[in-house]
Amino acid sequence: MQTESYVIKQRIDKTSLWKNSQPILGRMDMELTERCNNNCLHCCINLPANDLKAKNKELSTEEIKQILKEAVSLGCMSVKFTGGEPLLREDFKDLYIFARKLGLKVLIFTNATLITRHLAELFVTMPPLEKIEISVYGMRKSSYEAVTRSAGSFKAAWRGIKLLLKKKIPFVVKGALLPHNKDEIGEFEKWAKIISWMDNRPPSYSMFFDLRCRRDGSKNELIKKCRLRPEEGLRILARKKEEYIKEMKEFCSKFMRPPGDKLFSCGSGCGGGCVDAYGMFQPCLMLRHPDTVYNLKKGYLKEALTNFFPKIREIKAVNPDYLTRCVNCFLKGLCEQCPAKSWAEHGTLDTPVDYLCEIAHTQARFLGLVKGNEKAWEVDDWRERIREFAGGDN
Amino acid sequence: MESKVSLNAIYAPSEDVVARDIQGEFIIIPITSGIGDLEGEIFSLNETGRAIWDKLDGKRKLKDVVSLLSSEFESSPKEIEKDVLGVTEELLKRRMLIEAKKG
Repeated sequence: MQTESYVIKQRIDKTSLWKNSQPILGRMDMELTERCNNNCLHCCINLPANDLKAKNKELSTEEIKQILKEAVSLGCMSVKFTGGEPLLREDFKDLYIFARKLGLKVLIFTNATLITRHLAELFVTMPPLEKIEISVYGMRKSSYEAVTRSAGSFKAAWRGIKLLLKKKIPFVVKGALLPHNKDEIGEFEKWAKIISWMDNRPPSYSMFFDLRCRRDGSKNELIKKCRLRPEEGLRILARKKEEYIKEMKEFCSKFMRPPGDKLFSCGSGCGGGCVDAYGMFQPCLMLRHPDTVYNLKKGYLKEALTNFFPKIREIKAVNPDYLTRCVNCFLKGLCEQCPAKSWAEHGTLDTPVDYLCEIAHTQARFLGLVKGNEKAWEVDDWRERIREFAGGDN
Repeated sequence: MESKVSLNAIYAPSEDVVARDIQGEFIIIPITSGIGDLEGEIFSLNETGRAIWDKLDGKRKLKDVVSLLSSEFESSPKEIEKDVLGVTEELLKRRMLIEAKKG
């Protein structure tokens, strides 16, 4: 009698299925809409839920399905539905079922306010195979709605979260830390511990908020006011000092070095990408610079991934300030400077973002990697400093 | 153990799963609940399972699958029959296969 199983269980997130070569497209983000039923102070993308002009420009159901089909033909395993608030789309359920029936895992980024009993039932019978990710803006109505500026959003979000808990639909929570809710972090983390799918890990946080990525600047001053100062952010990052230092030692030994003059030192556009609400395919979710986006209404994912993105990834910096500072700065691993942030802040791909530079230097000073007013790009003995900090051979 | 699988029946992939061949790796992805125990769990088949799966097309009787595989592989028809019955039983148990026509 055969005792071995013919069927083998795989955890795609833990093992690499592809022994020889990766598919052209492994994962894809789809920003189904830029509209949102919340109006968060700090949000870099949201448009009003009733913005008809934006709604009419959005990809149609059929256009999204065609893109999903092409993605699957290229080997895509997982699609992220994000926004805006993706559940605002009237065809969300249709798109979700379509994606799942194609054999895609679906990751949903949502504020949970629009999770209905009907939708929860769907997630039970046809599970997304990815934990739903929910952004939480406060533990109390006052703080939550001070951030979302949407009456009733607190109650709606908690109703959605409770539905998921009741139906045992896997989800995790993330926090956005603003002056309005930053003092609730302890309460938030205590509550997050009851969510078994968090695996006892603390939630991730956004707190160094991006400016408007469409460069519709009217809201930028408001976003800047919501940003935590670098010192405040550090206090939160290092609130469990020993764990933070241990983590940073490991991190710094791997990821700290001057990036050179190529602008894309991350993995953007390699084996993945993001389709915006209107059919533009971007190397990353944040980067909307017109020179770096590919129009899927006139072409195909494959062409973007094999021809367009590789060219984008070769772009080199020309900005003298960037060439002096960022190119030679060994804090790259701590700094979020990238073409997308430069675009949102300055409308270019290669302008240093001072706020991000300050955040990186504040952390580096705390870790003893730079001293006083030293600038990291002027430090010659950075290798020794990292070696000394990490406490071992690098 | 007595098999409930009939060699005269016809079996087909269930709509509760999607089978995909990505870069030469064959995987089975659950669509409905109760197939994978954990979120993100997907499945593959061993070589024997894969060879049999390809023939379970909702048109052939299982005994024809055995004959077809016997002409393709050197193993004895008896061994092939045992594997075909074993694979079919396991896939049925896991709801990855349905009986399209009773034998």
